[in-house]
Amino acid sequence: MGSSRSSLRGVPDGQQLLQETGFSAALLLRLHQRFQFLDKDSRGHLRSEDLEAELSENPIGDRIVGAFFQPGQETVDFPSFVRVLAHFRPTEKNWTRDGVQPEPANSRNRKLKFAFQLYDQDRDGKISRTELLQVDTTNTYTVKSKLSMKPLNTTC
Amino acid sequence: MNYSSTKRALAVLITCTFLSLPHGCNGESPHKPNAGATILPPTKPDNGPQAYPEDVPSNLPVFTMDYPRIQIPFEITLWMLLASFAKIGFHVYHKITIWVPESCLFISIGLIVGAIMHSVHEEPPAALSSNVFFLYMLPPIVLDSGYFLPTRPFFENVGTVLWFAVVGTLWNSIGIGMSLFAICHIEAFGVQDINLQENLLFAAIISAVDPVAVLNVFEDISVNEQLYIVVFGECLFSDAVTVVLYNMFSFVAEMEVVEPEDVFLGVARFFVVGLGGMGFGVLFGFVAAFTTRFTSRVREIEPLFIFMFSYLAYLVAELFSISSIMAIVCCALTMKYYVEENVSQRSCTTIRHVVKMLGSISETLIFFFLGVVTITTDHEWNWGYILFTLLFTFLWRGLGVLVLTQIINPFRTIPFNMKDQFGLAYGGLRGAISFALAFTLPDSIGRKQLFVTATIAVILFTVFLQGISIRPLIEFINVRRTNRDIESINVEIHSRLMEHTMAGVEDLCGQWSHFYWKDKFMKFNNRILRRVLIRDSRAESSIVALYKKLELQNAMEILDTVSGDISAAAPSLVSLEQEKKESAKPKKTFMAQDLKNMHNLLSKNMYKIRQRTVAFTSKYALPNDNQPREILIRRHASIRRSLRPGSFQSTIPNSQKYFSLPTGQSLGSKYPSARPSYADDHETMSEVAYPTRRSRFSQPKRSSSGAMMPLHRLGTLKEVPSTDFLNESQGESFGKVHSKPRTGSSHSDSRFPAHRRHFDPPVDNNNGSADDVRNEDEAEEEQQRQHRGALRPPPSWAAEPRDDTPRNPLLRQPQWNPKK
Repeated sequence: MGSSRSSLRGVPDGQQLLQETGFSAALLLRLHQRFQFLDKDSRGHLRSEDLEAELSENPIGDRIVGAFFQPGQETVDFPSFVRVLAHFRPTEKNWTRDGVQPEPANSRNRKLKFAFQLYDQDRDGKISRTELLQVDTTNTYTVKSKLSMKPLNTTC
Repeated sequence: MNYSSTKRALAVLITCTFLSLPHGCNGESPHKPNAGATILPPTKPDNGPQAYPEDVPSNLPVFTMDYPRIQIPFEITLWMLLASFAKIGFHVYHKITIWVPESCLFISIGLIVGAIMHSVHEEPPAALSSNVFFLYMLPPIVLDSGYFLPTRPFFENVGTVLWFAVVGTLWNSIGIGMSLFAICHIEAFGVQDINLQENLLFAAIISAVDPVAVLNVFEDISVNEQLYIVVFGECLFSDAVTVVLYNMFSFVAEMEVVEPEDVFLGVARFFVVGLGGMGFGVLFGFVAAFTTRFTSRVREIEPLFIFMFSYLAYLVAELFSISSIMAIVCCALTMKYYVEENVSQRSCTTIRHVVKMLGSISETLIFFFLGVVTITTDHEWNWGYILFTLLFTFLWRGLGVLVLTQIINPFRTIPFNMKDQFGLAYGGLRGAISFALAFTLPDSIGRKQLFVTATIAVILFTVFLQGISIRPLIEFINVRRTNRDIESINVEIHSRLMEHTMAGVEDLCGQWSHFYWKDKFMKFNNRILRRVLIRDSRAESSIVALYKKLELQNAMEILDTVSGDISAAAPSLVSLEQEKKESAKPKKTFMAQDLKNMHNLLSKNMYKIRQRTVAFTSKYALPNDNQPREILIRRHASIRRSLRPGSFQSTIPNSQKYFSLPTGQSLGSKYPSARPSYADDHETMSEVAYPTRRSRFSQPKRSSSGAMMPLHRLGTLKEVPSTDFLNESQGESFGKVHSKPRTGSSHSDSRFPAHRRHFDPPVDNNNGSADDVRNEDEAEEEQQRQHRGALRPPPSWAAEPRDDTPRNPLLRQPQWNPKK
């Protein structure tokens, strides 16, 4: 695929990302364009505000944004962006665990870890009671401002 | 064991078949003289002009019979009764229905009745004329399917469903038609006169899938929902497609030459028909939903709107010759969501029940008539043609599923594996639609009888063979089962989280896909549609709705195991399927003490649920105001009873356990209904725990009813100090735990802690919001207070106030010494 490979020149670490994440070249390109669109000041990296602007209506928007940023980091650059998104590719069945390569991003384990991070906000590796409770409360909001309904704490 | 009842059932069946004879006799023409002891006026011989054509009868007729007048409704009723008796009969020995699908059984009974009728040379009723079938018998079946279509899996798989239905049916028809045309050229079979158009027409008829039997099997063994919904959806939409194809091909069959532009027009017509049907359906659905917004005063006729609008959608679609099946399905789909929020609980139950009933009886009747007609029509049998038809049916279905799955699998998140594909292919039974369409073939087609025979052969073969064998096969190959049957709040919350995540990530990627559209639609729905179509459009979280449903189900389960059958009580929450399953379970018996405890438990829980739901929807408004009071009385009585010395002592250790829970966690008290095993011991415990939460807000309203439990929580909850307000009982807000009732108390102070707030919802066990709620309630209470006289606690009971609370000198607080 000569043409797309050459057009990947604009993408930082294009080749490596292709291999690592398993995205197709066209998809990677599209993601790069999207990255550039989100990155309004063309800084080369995204801050959380850029992402949050897209997710303003999502009840768990802040968590999703948080999942993109490594702890302590304020910005996310394109490779990290793509790596996180790689979790969402469909699982391939014929990947066998041979221990040589690192687990691809879209394996079941990695997906589960990603989902775990959504709950585990303080990244201590455990989901505490308060964190679970927070999930409950966020999820029982339907229409945010229109209702004066209090969050219902349901225990499971 | 079951033999006596089986025999009885058989006897009933046989008498019914004989009952069918008389009206069979009258099926040909009304025989007035046969009808009985009618005393007719004597007719004079025609000798000349007569002033009076008839004489006045000499006596008053005492007993007359006028059969022809009632003939038609009578016969209809008898046939329906006969079919229903057959249905009862089968379920008497319920193992039969597991292994043999109901459709087979009905066809068999139909065959028997047909044989009887044939032997006395009677004609079967003209139930299969085009009008009767398509206007009266088909709509209920389709409405039933459409109304109970599981919408969420459907929309997640809508592409696949439509793909299989439309393209699959086309593939089948054209494939079978072409191959049959090919073999028509073989001289040995003697069917050369069938041209291509007729072959295609016939192929269209038998490619309509009707997997009713298969769906029942799938439900019973809980196959994965992708497979289920694709089979279900394919059935629905392939009916529509088949009818369209049939109309097209029958039109074409009468033309001598087919031009290319006719093909093009055919395709265009296809789209018009399909999309037009959908459009009409959605339109009528919205109109119906809108109408139910205003029916709060006329609850009795609410179900009528549903049926009338669906039927209207069907008829209007028939008027314009567009797909009426699509119309009625889309109408039911759109309507259901909004209507079920607007109508009362009873109307909801009625609607569901009637839809199921009508669907069931229609289906029964159709298969029944299939059996009858099989015997009584003139058949034209042609070994070659019919066998090849069967062969090609299977062949093309299998090929079709294979090819289509290969094409669509890359687009699916959860691809179909080989087992799913096998289930899909093997589940392609033929049924009612094919049957009816075969009968409505125009007579201009030369070999109509052959087609009819072939259709019946295919239907019988697939229904019997595949219907009976599918269950063992599916279990043998171990098709992937579903795990969505677990309904719990947990599942709901976490799947909701995942969906939000998916929608969010899609937003980030800028990709408009499945979740994105769903999200958009939900927003549109909340903002606009619900406002317009629902009476009080307070958006209710589906989690809350699920919670209510689960609580009620739990409560009903307790009721069920205690006393008989719940179908009277919890109507629309318990589906008919569940009812069947539950009635098949052996009923547990409980000891008297457990029973009593369960009753107490139940009364508390039922009461709690109603209170909770008041805040969210007005649909659950309490019928009268006396109810909370009455409930309180009951509660007091039960508390009093349970706090007798004997029972109390034994529960102290247990209750201690609960007091050691960390802040705000009153887990045990919250859902006792979900844990009936706790009933015996912890029932009293939970009573102990309950009021500590509730009594934050309340003081007893009734004087003579039992005690508030002045137990305290060990500093776990923030509590307003108990006794201060008791002094100023008049104008104060009470947020309190400690009421200090006392038997025959000497204080004649009528302002004594006589207030019990009714338990306002919602009750959280989170401290932060508890305070808010409490404050709110306190504000409310001030307006609603009524107070009664002094309370009378149980004599033996003693409660210990917290040590640090200032004691009210007026109160003589009983001492409670917990046994440690």
